[in-house]
Amino acid sequence: MTEAAAPDVKSTRFRMTDYGYIAMMVLPLLACMALKVLFTPETEGVHIAGAMIYLEIPAPVMPLIISESQVNSWAVIISILGLCLYLTHGLTAKAVCKRQLAAEWIVEKCRKLVHDNMGDYFSAWGPFIAAIMGLSAFSSLSCLIGLYAPTGDVNVTAGWAILVFFLIMHYKFRGGLWNYFIGLFKPIPIFGPINLIGEIATPVSMAFRHYGNVLSGAVISALIGPALGGLSKLVLGWLPGVLGDIPFLRIGLPAVLSIYFDVFSGLMQAFIFAMLTMLNVSGAVPWDDWNAKKEKRRQRKMKTEKTAA
Amino acid sequence: MDISMAVGLMLGLLGLGAGIAMIAGIGPGIGEGNAVAKACEAIGRQPESKSDVTSTLIMGCAIAETTGLYALIVAILLIFVAPGSFVGLLKDTVNALK
Repeated sequence: MTEAAAPDVKSTRFRMTDYGYIAMMVLPLLACMALKVLFTPETEGVHIAGAMIYLEIPAPVMPLIISESQVNSWAVIISILGLCLYLTHGLTAKAVCKRQLAAEWIVEKCRKLVHDNMGDYFSAWGPFIAAIMGLSAFSSLSCLIGLYAPTGDVNVTAGWAILVFFLIMHYKFRGGLWNYFIGLFKPIPIFGPINLIGEIATPVSMAFRHYGNVLSGAVISALIGPALGGLSKLVLGWLPGVLGDIPFLRIGLPAVLSIYFDVFSGLMQAFIFAMLTMLNVSGAVPWDDWNAKKEKRRQRKMKTEKTAA
Repeated sequence: MDISMAVGLMLGLLGLGAGIAMIAGIGPGIGEGNAVAKACEAIGRQPESKSDVTSTLIMGCAIAETTGLYALIVAILLIFVAPGSFVGLLKDTVNALK
């Protein structure tokens, strides 16, 4: 085995590449902020609205809408890619950079989480779960720099949930289509419609849980600032001159609430979305039916081989 | 009846409906309270299992929150989305009746 030569960490080329990756992390988010500043209409007071629409492309059935949440989530994706490239830049068998330790820690934690929750068969799912978790977490955190959090738009979370739904269905069909449809009517046939609703409820509840948590945080954050401003005018309005106009209660207090509503809630929901993905997918495989199917297929193959011989 | 009065009545009723929908917030509150109480008991009995209990608790709380979040989404739809579509519908109906 040939060991890769340790990169010269101090060399200009290495540094320039590093700066490139850092720019890749930061620039898309800055561009999103600039876009938001350009497109936000002038308003006063409390303003709660959904994602802004940047562009409408005419299409046959209905116009294709490029909204703020889409653009922001693309920016987050590019930014995460930049972060990954930065963390894995200059990997060696023996760690030279500190960032390699961080990258190794992330990969190890993720593999362990997936292996603990999904079992041996799914132990290669680490990258997918990490991608979902990272995208969700960074999307929710992007509201900290003033962007519209993409997860606060139901379309984004519904997209992820539909992706997970297809994966679940793929593994449920492993035992054979017929077995799956029989299984819906299992205890007594009346349960059929209820089970069907239960199948559809999984992605719906996943999408709504994530979206509802982030959106409620955003709405409360939008309401609490002006409310504290009004309260401070009521309580501290008697102060003389300019002092009476400054909303003192608005300083700092909304930030404390933001730690819960934006940071904790967002990270929590990212973890829960990934967790539910893991549990739903790994719980969807009908092992008995699948093994029976594999056994049957093997026997048929053996029989055809015998007859051919 | 004046159309503005009808619109006002409709907006008021939508707000009322949103408020009533949020009564569903009681359920998750009680449920999560129970869950946390039991988790405290479990940690008190076996302090060494604190990390496992905490992670399971947070996971369970987040899932128990779902019904409350459904109510919240209904309320948000009633406040922010419904007026826009319902007012147009009402005006169209009034115009058609004329």
